[in-house]
Amino acid sequence: MTSDHMVDAASHPAQPGIAETAEERVSYLRAGHTLGSWLFTSDHKRIAILYFISVTFFFFVGGAAATLMRADLLTPQADLLSDEGYNRAFTLHGVIMVWFFLIPSIPNTFGNFLVPLMIGARDLAFPRLNLLSWYIYMLGGLFTIYVLIAGGVDTGWTFYTPLSSMFANGNVVLAATAVFIVGFSSILTGLNFIVTIHKLRAPGMTWGRLPLFIWSLYATSLILVLATPILSVTLALIAAERLFGIGVFNPSLGGDPLLYQHLFWFYSHPAVYIMVLPALGVVSELVAAAARKPVFGYQFVAGSSIAIAAIGFLVWGHHMFVAGQSAYASAIFSFLSLAVAVPSGIKVYNWTATLYKGQISLDPPFLFAMSFIGLFVVGGLTGVILAMLAVDVHVHDTYFVVAHFHYIMVGGTVSAYFGALHYWWPKIIGRRYSLAWGRLSAALIFLGFNLTFFPQFLLGYLGMPRRYHVYPPEFQVLHVLSTAGASILGVAYLLPFTYLFYSMRYGKPAGANPWEATGLEWSIPSPPPKHNFAERPTVTRAPYDYTIEYEESDD
Amino acid sequence: MTERVQVHEPFVDPAQQHAADMLGMYIFLASEIMLFGGLFAVLFVCRLLHPQEIAAASKELHLWIGGINTAILLTSSLAVAIAVQLARQGSRRAVAISLAAAAALGAGFLILKAVEYRLEYSDGLLPGFSTASKFANPATHLFMNIYLIATVLHAVHLSIGILLLAGLVWKLLRRSLQVPKRASVIAVSGLYWHLVDVIWIFLYPALYLIR
Amino acid sequence: MNGFLSLWPDRASAYAAQLDTLLAGFTVVIVLLSAPVFILIVVFAIKYRRGRPANRKHPVTRNVWLEISWSIVPFVLMLCFYVWATKLFFDLHHPPADALEIDVVAKQWMWKFQHPGGQREINELHVPIDQPVRLTMASQDVIHSLYIPALRMKQDVVPGRYTDMWFKAGKPGTYLLTCAEFCGTQHARMGGHLIAMSQADYARWLEASTTDLTLAAQGAELFRSRGCSGCHGPSATVHAPNLAGIYGKPVPLEDGQVVTANDQYIRDSILLPQQQIAAGYPHIMPSFQNVLGEDDVLKLIAYIKSLSDTGEGSPNREGASK
Ligand code: HEA
Ligand code: HEA
Ligand code: HEC
Ligand code: CUA
Ligand SMILES: [Cu+2]
Repeated sequence: MTSDHMVDAASHPAQPGIAETAEERVSYLRAGHTLGSWLFTSDHKRIAILYFISVTFFFFVGGAAATLMRADLLTPQADLLSDEGYNRAFTLHGVIMVWFFLIPSIPNTFGNFLVPLMIGARDLAFPRLNLLSWYIYMLGGLFTIYVLIAGGVDTGWTFYTPLSSMFANGNVVLAATAVFIVGFSSILTGLNFIVTIHKLRAPGMTWGRLPLFIWSLYATSLILVLATPILSVTLALIAAERLFGIGVFNPSLGGDPLLYQHLFWFYSHPAVYIMVLPALGVVSELVAAAARKPVFGYQFVAGSSIAIAAIGFLVWGHHMFVAGQSAYASAIFSFLSLAVAVPSGIKVYNWTATLYKGQISLDPPFLFAMSFIGLFVVGGLTGVILAMLAVDVHVHDTYFVVAHFHYIMVGGTVSAYFGALHYWWPKIIGRRYSLAWGRLSAALIFLGFNLTFFPQFLLGYLGMPRRYHVYPPEFQVLHVLSTAGASILGVAYLLPFTYLFYSMRYGKPAGANPWEATGLEWSIPSPPPKHNFAERPTVTRAPYDYTIEYEESDD
Repeated sequence: MTERVQVHEPFVDPAQQHAADMLGMYIFLASEIMLFGGLFAVLFVCRLLHPQEIAAASKELHLWIGGINTAILLTSSLAVAIAVQLARQGSRRAVAISLAAAAALGAGFLILKAVEYRLEYSDGLLPGFSTASKFANPATHLFMNIYLIATVLHAVHLSIGILLLAGLVWKLLRRSLQVPKRASVIAVSGLYWHLVDVIWIFLYPALYLIR
Repeated sequence: MNGFLSLWPDRASAYAAQLDTLLAGFTVVIVLLSAPVFILIVVFAIKYRRGRPANRKHPVTRNVWLEISWSIVPFVLMLCFYVWATKLFFDLHHPPADALEIDVVAKQWMWKFQHPGGQREINELHVPIDQPVRLTMASQDVIHSLYIPALRMKQDVVPGRYTDMWFKAGKPGTYLLTCAEFCGTQHARMGGHLIAMSQADYARWLEASTTDLTLAAQGAELFRSRGCSGCHGPSATVHAPNLAGIYGKPVPLEDGQVVTANDQYIRDSILLPQQQIAAGYPHIMPSFQNVLGEDDVLKLIAYIKSLSDTGEGSPNREGASK
């Protein structure tokens, strides 16, 4: 993977792409050419691709909303969007990015594609349920698009009551329905993963030999299955409250608006780990492959995923430090939020130790992994700042929080998503892409990202509240910087889709194992045949056993 | 060959498939428990906020109908458990009969529940239908709302369960479902039924008994 | 607060300075915890770059003591800051007794302030420096949040309950005051200024914007005009409790509980009278939910409070003993 094939392709203009390979001819990609063969497939690999396309679509819809917001924020006045328009823009941005992009992003694309391949199974345990889950996702997506066309919602992605239940004038019920529906897609996927990981491992694939990506997906699935139903009832209550005025969240009917916040965050805090755990798993894979070394402290890295998932259920109250909950409750939530930082730290330090004495490659997937680590650490540690009670009183609901979660979700998870895309693309499509362009976009994303969101930490500490598009003029300089960064970021996110798409036709065949990595998925042809493994594999070795090259060169 | 259990795509042997089906159902049920758990949390908080009013409101409910319904559901669960047992031994007709009995008991529950709603309607207690002025205070209204949501949600689950059992009976009678070959289908459906029962076992005291 | 680009927010109180110190210290710790990661990643990526000769002998792939130390050490470091931050937070929840009481009512999309002397203002809050000020806050509609960055303080204002916040401004000036919780269409425009002034200036300001009636007197006015006195007044024929002197006293309820007659209790008695019934009285008090705004209720509370402050009237709880 060192030569830049785009040069080759350009020097043979007469030759239209590279001919179909023997692997491709028998691959899942060619098993049926009709639209129906895609839409009614139960092959996890094809469903992964369906998800990839739909999730990417929603990423750009959410990104378009962000583009509008950032443009409006260039000046302290409201010049591009009306008050109402801006409110609807960030609500849809949040709703789409969280539920229609980030939560399904890594699990439903790479998870779907890789879980059976990594554990040596022919498919997920319930293939038709898997397809159903995509249809449910699309149904929820259609609702969202409808909400978008019908004029949007203006509650923020958090749907706080009584604003959402009594005062907002957007399509709250429809939007809640969209999120309600997509929740079932999450539950079904989580269920499928758990059963698959428990029951369909190849002989010899013990728990101690599972790839770390599988461990993290397992933890994620537990949260998906246990937390999402809470969101479902909560949204149903909002809808009932809005339609029939049942009063659960309405103080004048004896209800309690803070109860809503407790229910919402009881789901949504674990949900942030749904968003980051798969990314942590991807990065563990990438770091090991980059260093050609076993991951340092495999047990700790695997166990920390489960620990994060478990402790993550106990910290929801840190979103409510100034909401009026009891100060003692706040003190406990603050403490537990510190505790959840420990397993995250274990991962970060172990990755660093893995690089020590490795054979480090600087190919695009690994650049993405390294920018993930940097940005996740900044995002995570600023999360710990937020968990400090007195500090949160000042920066709650300011751009400091906005910067915190974009660092983790965008700098972190989205980088990991692109890292995974660059790492497994040759496996999924069977072709190589241009490494130079890949490195360029990794670098651009890193730069654009920091320029966009670092100024927001300063804005937040200065006191710029979030969800404001009219702001005091002294904040303008930092906002202009942020918008400048966002334009770089937008272009940088579009870039990979051009050269990856190009590689589908003009890329060189990848071969089974272009990165010379370990793992069952690299032992079969690229793209994989329809039934994954010609015969059931038997696992006899520990994960990441890159033993051979240890003493290759000394100084 | 007819004695062999049909094994679906990703599985290699029937035992694996059975185990996967069971595990899948358990996980699904865990998420159902969380679903109702959210409602229980809401109920709990409202009780903390207005202990007296809600206790008073709870006294308005028809304790005896709830009690009979509890007994009905428990009996139906017994019938389902017997069906699962019988399915392992392969007595097709007996399985069909006990499943049908369970489904009928479930339907009986729904009918009684409808009667209960009807009584509450005439007492002026059914929110959404009765006028709010009939409620002693907002907290009563609130409690009745939660009561309605929780019991309707449970009734929806129960209806799905009845359809499920009825479908199984139909298939058994038409011999498109073989026992004991596919006994695990019955076991898995039985799990669902038990859960719907267990949820009621918690709803009943939470709504009717704690005063 | 003015200027082209500021990188550190104004500090209007001693508390703000304490918080800045906390944050600065914390930042140092964070840099200490994360710098090794950043530096080592870059160093390793260069030193052990693929194809570059380097000593790669005896790589370790596990070391339990190392794992434990890098779990425990950062955690313990953080704990110190946890204690510090929590202490500051608890200070925020314990207002001194001699604080100046100002009422705040939030509604879409404005802030209303009521001073004890009856002065009222919208979107501007005048306070004296070097004197603790305690805000009692109520919301007329949705959740809002009063945020004054220069004080490093904010508190949500939740419908249906009173929240409070106290501070002691130390430096005269005009500071930003905003709404931090998303509250609908004009959320971004719901703000104004905190104007901290020397005590003398504040006294002058009070003088200039004075109204005929103090807050309590306005409450007394309402008490008459809204018909409260018809039942609660001395000449009333209805059997209703005498409200003189009840503020801050324990009240036995019908169901046997005993609650303290604080602001929240009195508010609920007026707006949701069916919720807690005083023992021994008939359930006849009507709800004033749709009649009185939160600002009116705050005035009534001030009035009822003033009845006990002056010792005027005697606690008359004969109903409770029946
Ligand atoms: C993927 C998403 C994601 C993730 C993983 C996290 C992770 C964390 N978050 Fe974040 N958070 C959000 C998404 C996320 N968050 C979102 C979306 C919001 C705003 C919601 C809204 O209001 O709209 C939010 C808001 C939010 C708040 C509320 C702010 C406010 O509204 O006032 C708080 C407060 O405690 C918080 C804390 C944390 C903590 C402690 C972690 C920890 O898990 C972080 C752990 C990681 C590390 C600490 C870094 C690595 C560790 C080391 C280098 C070791 C050394 C350190 C120690 C041992 C301490 N977050
Ligand atoms: C989960 C994922 C996620 C992702 C990936 C992003 C991505 C981005 N977000 Fe978002 N954001 C949230 C989740 C996310 N965000 C959430 C949950 C909120 C809170 C919402 C709320 O308050 O309720 C929020 C809020 C939020 C705000 C605060 C709004 C406010 O409080 O007033 C801002 C402001 O700068 C912002 C910016 C951005 C930017 C610049 C990106 C960039 O990374 C996006 C880059 C991508 C592109 C730019 C797409 C490229 C496509 C094009 C260029 C085509 C454009 C086409 C047309 C314009 C026709 N986001
Ligand atoms: C129709 C008669 C009536 C009117 C009008 C009325 N009240 Fe009352 N009020 C009562 C009765 C009776 C009680 C005692 C029973 C209860 O707690 O509800 C009561 C209780 C109270 C209490 C609680 C006192 C305690 O000892 O617990 C407060 C405070 C109060 N009223 C304030 C007001 C105010 C302020 C108004 C006018 C805005 C008002 N009331 C108008 C009849 C009335
Ligand atoms: Cu009021 Cu935002
Ligand atoms: Cu959180």
